[in-house]
Amino acid sequence: MDDERVRGRLAALFLGGCVAFGYPVLAAFNVTGTVFGLPVLYVYVFGAWMALIALVAAIVRRRD
Amino acid sequence: MLHGWVIVVASAAYLGLLFAVAWYADRRADAGRSVIASPWVYALSLGVYATSWTFYGSVGRAAETGIGFLPVYLGPTLVAVLWVVVVGRMRRIAHAHRITSIADFIGARYGKSASLAALVTVIAVVGLVPYISLQLKAVSTSFTLLTAYPDIVMPRDARAGGVLGDTALYVALLLAAFAILFGARHLDAAERHEGMVAAIALESVVKLAAFIAVGVFVAYGLFDGLADIAARAAADPRTRELLAPVEGPGGSYAGFAWLTVLSMAAILFLPRQFQVAVVENVDERHLRAASWLFPLYLLAINVFVLPIALGGLLHFPSGTVDADTFVLALPMAERQQALALAVFIGGLSAATGMVIVETVALSTMVTNDIAVPLALRFGRLRDGGATASTLLAIRRGAIIVIVLLGYAYFRFAGEAYALVAMGLISFAAVAQFAPAMLGGLYWRHGTRAGAATGLCAGFAVWLYTLLLPSFARSGWLPAGFVEHGPFGIAALKPYALFGVGGLDTITHAMMWSMLANVGCYVAVSLAGRPDAATRAQARRFVDEQDVAASPARPALPLAALEALLARFLGAVRAREAMRAPAAGLLEHAEAQLAGAIGSASARVMVGSVVKDEALGRDEVMSLLDETSQAIAYGRALEQKSAELEAATRELTAANERLKELDAMKDDFVSTVSHELRTPLTSIRAFAEILADQPELAPEKRARFIAIILKETERLARLINQILDLAKIESGRAEWHVEALDLAQVVSDALASGGALAAERGVRIEAQPVAGPVVVRADPDRLMQVLLNLVGNAVKFSPAGTGQVTVRVGVRDGLARVEVTDNGPGIAPDHHALIFEKFRQVGDTLTDRPQGTGLGLPIARRIVRQLGGDLGVTSRPGAGATFWFTLPLDAREAEAGDTRAKEEAWPSAS
Amino acid sequence: MAKRILIADDEPNIVASLEFLMEQAGYEVKAVADGNEALAAVASFRPDLVLLDVMMPGRSGYEVCEKLKGDAATRGVKVVMLSAKGRDVEVAKGIDLGADAYVTKPFSTRELAAKVREMLGE
Repeated sequence: MDDERVRGRLAALFLGGCVAFGYPVLAAFNVTGTVFGLPVLYVYVFGAWMALIALVAAIVRRRD
Repeated sequence: MLHGWVIVVASAAYLGLLFAVAWYADRRADAGRSVIASPWVYALSLGVYATSWTFYGSVGRAAETGIGFLPVYLGPTLVAVLWVVVVGRMRRIAHAHRITSIADFIGARYGKSASLAALVTVIAVVGLVPYISLQLKAVSTSFTLLTAYPDIVMPRDARAGGVLGDTALYVALLLAAFAILFGARHLDAAERHEGMVAAIALESVVKLAAFIAVGVFVAYGLFDGLADIAARAAADPRTRELLAPVEGPGGSYAGFAWLTVLSMAAILFLPRQFQVAVVENVDERHLRAASWLFPLYLLAINVFVLPIALGGLLHFPSGTVDADTFVLALPMAERQQALALAVFIGGLSAATGMVIVETVALSTMVTNDIAVPLALRFGRLRDGGATASTLLAIRRGAIIVIVLLGYAYFRFAGEAYALVAMGLISFAAVAQFAPAMLGGLYWRHGTRAGAATGLCAGFAVWLYTLLLPSFARSGWLPAGFVEHGPFGIAALKPYALFGVGGLDTITHAMMWSMLANVGCYVAVSLAGRPDAATRAQARRFVDEQDVAASPARPALPLAALEALLARFLGAVRAREAMRAPAAGLLEHAEAQLAGAIGSASARVMVGSVVKDEALGRDEVMSLLDETSQAIAYGRALEQKSAELEAATRELTAANERLKELDAMKDDFVSTVSHELRTPLTSIRAFAEILADQPELAPEKRARFIAIILKETERLARLINQILDLAKIESGRAEWHVEALDLAQVVSDALASGGALAAERGVRIEAQPVAGPVVVRADPDRLMQVLLNLVGNAVKFSPAGTGQVTVRVGVRDGLARVEVTDNGPGIAPDHHALIFEKFRQVGDTLTDRPQGTGLGLPIARRIVRQLGGDLGVTSRPGAGATFWFTLPLDAREAEAGDTRAKEEAWPSAS
Repeated sequence: MAKRILIADDEPNIVASLEFLMEQAGYEVKAVADGNEALAAVASFRPDLVLLDVMMPGRSGYEVCEKLKGDAATRGVKVVMLSAKGRDVEVAKGIDLGADAYVTKPFSTRELAAKVREMLGE
């Protein structure tokens, strides 16, 4: 996997992360209520966080 | 049971363990078997980002603002996505230029400016004091709290006890001692502290384990799981708000965002982070793993923060227990002694890690960028008075002073703040490095003046909007300063400059300081032009050009040069060579070396040694600690000599190959001369005989004369062929390649060769072919090949009954010619032999053919040159078929006539 | 009794010239074209002198010379090496192996005849 593509994907993921934790999206999840008994906001933030980590791991993992 | 001394002993044991790990790792590093050469260790060492702030403070913050504690970890997560790119570049540049700190980096980038580096150091030291202070506060508070077990008593104002009774002071001194033990035992030119890194990695594991232990305890011990906590929190009016804050998480969305941005700067520019992420990195490949391992660590250590906070709020009556202490207070309240001790150790671990790494990084900056230049300016060092021990003493002194500054801040201002708030003040300070650093990496037009102005402006705003007010909050400055502005000027209110109020202090400070910093940096940079040095550095940093160059010290090319000479000439000769006058030293060295490895190689070697030590402009820095420089160069020399050895081996191998080729050439020449002399010998011998014996019998005369003539012809043929072969092989033959009909050439050749055939009584038969077979070839050369093959076939066919058949056609998409004879055939082991120069096959005295042994090799060479191949099919007693192929002329192939000719081709023999 | 000369060379024309020359000089001549045959011929023909070409199939002239000079029975046979290689190193090699003389081709027939006479003590 060549560097250019990896960098591009990382940049895109970075921007995606900024959006995911930014005002509009965060506000959308800032509601009372629970998912599996846990507060929505909490679940969303940690869920998005884990997803971000998994995506980074996938991108930087070389096929060697 | 948890007496003070138990805690102290446990702490000492833990710190002792950390030290043992560090010592072991240092030993392994010296032996060359580094313990930290693992991406896991690297990623865990980044965990030093999580300090007492994370351990205690996050819970405190969560208790006030819900999920508002989190941006501090989201920022680093987002930066981690780009870790490989950004930190990768920083790392490459830092290692290439032997940069060992942020101050070094910024100073180096803008033209190796010592003053800029000093400015950065000052900002770093001042800015980090609150952060160190918070560690001291956390440890001393948790210690005091724990020793009051089983009661939970919030520690009184520590100032009440006077300085000497203050636990925090002892904690400070202890941490300073450990910082020295871990990071300033000796000088390392590359500022590598493998032991420290190993200890930090372990420490990250310990604090993670401790925190998760508490988290699990609270969630499943005190409550019935996370959902239970959530449900109860939702039911309780105190905590309901925290689950989905109306104003947005953390009180405001803007604040949340700014905090994220702030922590993005922190993860890169905190001196301790720069140290572990860039300076201590041993392998660039570790960066990849870190980009997901590190955020994973942060996530793991933060999962239980909100549950613990909510748990604490629900468990303790409001106002009785400071939220910052929930992590410790909850196990204590439930009489979990072991867990409480473990938590304390975890918190201690977090604080220790931070203080050690941060003070080591800061003291490096202070030593290298402030103390030494100052001492030089005042003449002390110039006389060579600087020794490793002096520098080490300065380093250690700096550590102690910095920690004590942290303690001082703690006494003056620490009480008024929650832990997190103190940390954020430091974050805002290091954020001031962002424009100069990021601009340095990605923008070519930054000037030294621009960076300096930006840094000053940003720092000034920070001082005014954050640091000074913190003293006011603790009563050391009049409170009116904050509330009404200095001298009552409302517009200059530190928390609401120019009327922009309503923001939390950090956001407000960040906004203004960044405005000032970036504004000045960009404006001043654009107003001027970067000077030559800055431009050169910009090329190296932004474009990563010429990354191998490093700032250097004038004296040292000599040492490297001598070592280079010693490698090849031996130490004695090397020393002699170095005694040459300085002016011609390089030439002399080169000349000496040329004797051993050749002049071109010598020039390259000497050039590379000299180029690496490109003379720097900074004479002040050039007198910097020669001891540690010598260490660094020793290492560089080792690497160089390894490279040189590899180069020598390559050169020797190349030499061997050349000798082989030379030998082959010699062989060829001697074989040729042998071949030429052989007919000459007969010619001379018989000529002499004829001359000396005029009365020789006529038939003998005739015979001898005939031999002379034949040998003369043979000689001439040989000479022609050798020249031909030489011309073809050296590429100097002229080739007139044109499209021609192979069938036509074949029949022409047969016409010429027919005479010889008739003489021997050998029949030649040419098989007819349907239509022209067009190839691209040189007609004369092709004729030469055919004549050779046909001639051979005739010569080897039995006289009288000989039959030579020639076929032309197309097979497998190639033009093909076959010449078959019914002679004795050629044994398979000889098939390769006959194509060797001067080799002939056949019993020498009886059927020695009148050939030169060169015909076939030349023929094959010609055919191969034309893009085809030539070979033989034969068995002894069954005749021989010599065949060759040539590529068809492209147009011919397209025309599709090949099909017809393929069908005309008889089945292969 | 006529001296016997063995000619060992794989070039028929050279052999022819040497044969003529030696017979003219009154020696009894035998010719072989191969190194192994040469050794066999020394045993059977018992020559007084061998004209030995270096480049021969079977065994090279050097090997033959070494063998002859190494064996007490044949050490007395004079060996004259003939070779198209005239480099010093080759000549030295020949002499080292015990050759009594080393002549480079093309040679002068007169000189060769004189040398043979000299070596056979006439």
